[in-house]
Amino acid sequence: MTVLTRSALILGLGFLYAPIAVLIVYSFNASNLVTVWGGLSTQWYAALFADGPLIAAAWVSLRVAILSSVIATALGTLAALAFERHGRFRGRSLLTGLVFGPMVMPEVMIGLSLLLMFIGIGLDRGIATIVIGHATFCTGFVAVVVSARLRGLDRSLEEAAADLGAGPWRVLTTVTLPLLTPAILAGALLAFTLSLDDLVIASFVSGPGATTLPMRLYSQVRLGVNPEINAASTLLVGLVSTAVLGASWLTARRTGDRP
Amino acid sequence: MASPRQDRTVARLLRLPPLLWLCAFFLLPFAITLKISLSEPATAIPPYFPVLDWQGGLDGWSSFLEALNFTNFLTLARDDLYQAATLGSLFYAGAATLLLVALGTPIAYALAQAPRRWQPLLVALVVVPFWTSFLIRIYAWIAILKQEGLLNLVLLKLGLIAHPLVILNTDAAVMIGLVYAYLPFMVLPLYAVMDRLDPALREAAADLGASPTRVFWTVTLPLSLPGIVAGAGLCFIPMVGEFVIPDLLGGSETLMLGRVLWSEFFSNRDWPLAAAVAVLLLAIVVGPVVLFRDSLRGGENRP
Repeated sequence: MTVLTRSALILGLGFLYAPIAVLIVYSFNASNLVTVWGGLSTQWYAALFADGPLIAAAWVSLRVAILSSVIATALGTLAALAFERHGRFRGRSLLTGLVFGPMVMPEVMIGLSLLLMFIGIGLDRGIATIVIGHATFCTGFVAVVVSARLRGLDRSLEEAAADLGAGPWRVLTTVTLPLLTPAILAGALLAFTLSLDDLVIASFVSGPGATTLPMRLYSQVRLGVNPEINAASTLLVGLVSTAVLGASWLTARRTGDRP
Repeated sequence: MASPRQDRTVARLLRLPPLLWLCAFFLLPFAITLKISLSEPATAIPPYFPVLDWQGGLDGWSSFLEALNFTNFLTLARDDLYQAATLGSLFYAGAATLLLVALGTPIAYALAQAPRRWQPLLVALVVVPFWTSFLIRIYAWIAILKQEGLLNLVLLKLGLIAHPLVILNTDAAVMIGLVYAYLPFMVLPLYAVMDRLDPALREAAADLGASPTRVFWTVTLPLSLPGIVAGAGLCFIPMVGEFVIPDLLGGSETLMLGRVLWSEFFSNRDWPLAAAVAVLLLAIVVGPVVLFRDSLRGGENRP
């Protein structure tokens, strides 16, 4: 590596991590001013755990993320199997557009159109409607992860099972799905974090009493910098990066792949 | 061996659930949005006209179709605010994409040049911020960019500026936010392409006397073009509809379509116009999506 490429790497990673580092450092600042260092303190963490509405919003987010990632993982895995194992079928391009469309469509558009439909059919808005919205836009991400693994899978294993007399259903449940488990888990984790993180779609389709964590944070962030939010962010960042690094380590070990 | 008929049944069962779910919650909502964008606002529940009368039979349908019109789209085309928001979205997303290409290329190149055993770790380091809350990463910039924020503090202490700079709530802040949030989307597909380039090509150019700079510009960069295109598509398309970044970092004059749609819906309660903005947004991104389809899918497949 030359000096030039090394400094590009250091500057690039520095740019990516500096703002996060600033947040973490200031979450331990006793002063509530960004420019004044008032000494080390954990008071904002104490305030955080006493903040009822924020804790309630975190629980809503967790429930939404669990439910929507389960649905998205099931739908995304099925779509990936349809694409990779049953190649040509009528309506393939329709299904492709439907699965991958929500990944690239602007979130404001997905949120608005879902809301207009929910109102049109008279569905009460709340946790269920947020789950529907999140499952819809996460399905494509799961399908991408699972498809990639399916393409790398040795087909002779499935063919061997079929030659030995297993029906397509048996091949799927006893050979293909077990081999896919790491990819399915990775897809589920991706869907979970995407759901946990979404502000825009949730803001459109949620109803009274269903405020997610990003919605709560956003309403406070709009009022300016707040050390309690720094503490909440630090916890979230710690949680997510541990989960991601753990998951990539796990999949790397199980499949001998790069993370 | 399984019979082909059994195979077909399983295949049908596999694709039915995602097909039904996405028709119900992606295709149908969009059809409804398209219909409402052709309606007129009304002080009623729901606040638009006409409402399809299912009991009206064929007559109901024809009077329903007659009442639809393009007024909202004419408003979008004529009104200064929406013209500015459309141009604004294209400008911010386009300029940020160019900046991302300029910044992402050296980073991706450096990643591909790093020692083999360090590469998985370095790639993971680029990916982790992408997993971290988007809202929080944008919020972090407020503390840095505001007038009594960290950047001004550092610059004042260093004596580089005499007075604090106004950066937050300006176009510069929006650019910084866009580039920051989307950098991993540019670096990863580019790295994936650069990593697979045959080193023999670069060595051959060097053996023939090309300087490292010349090798980069005449060999590495042209061969990495598919990665640049994929990265540009992955960044440009979502940036056009971006809401959080212009809302938190931009000023009141930062006009982007995502933000206009949001305020049209939540503040002005003009549903038909908001729906028309959504249709316009779709029209803007559909072009690049179709254009970049192949390279986008390539880019997504190797994150």
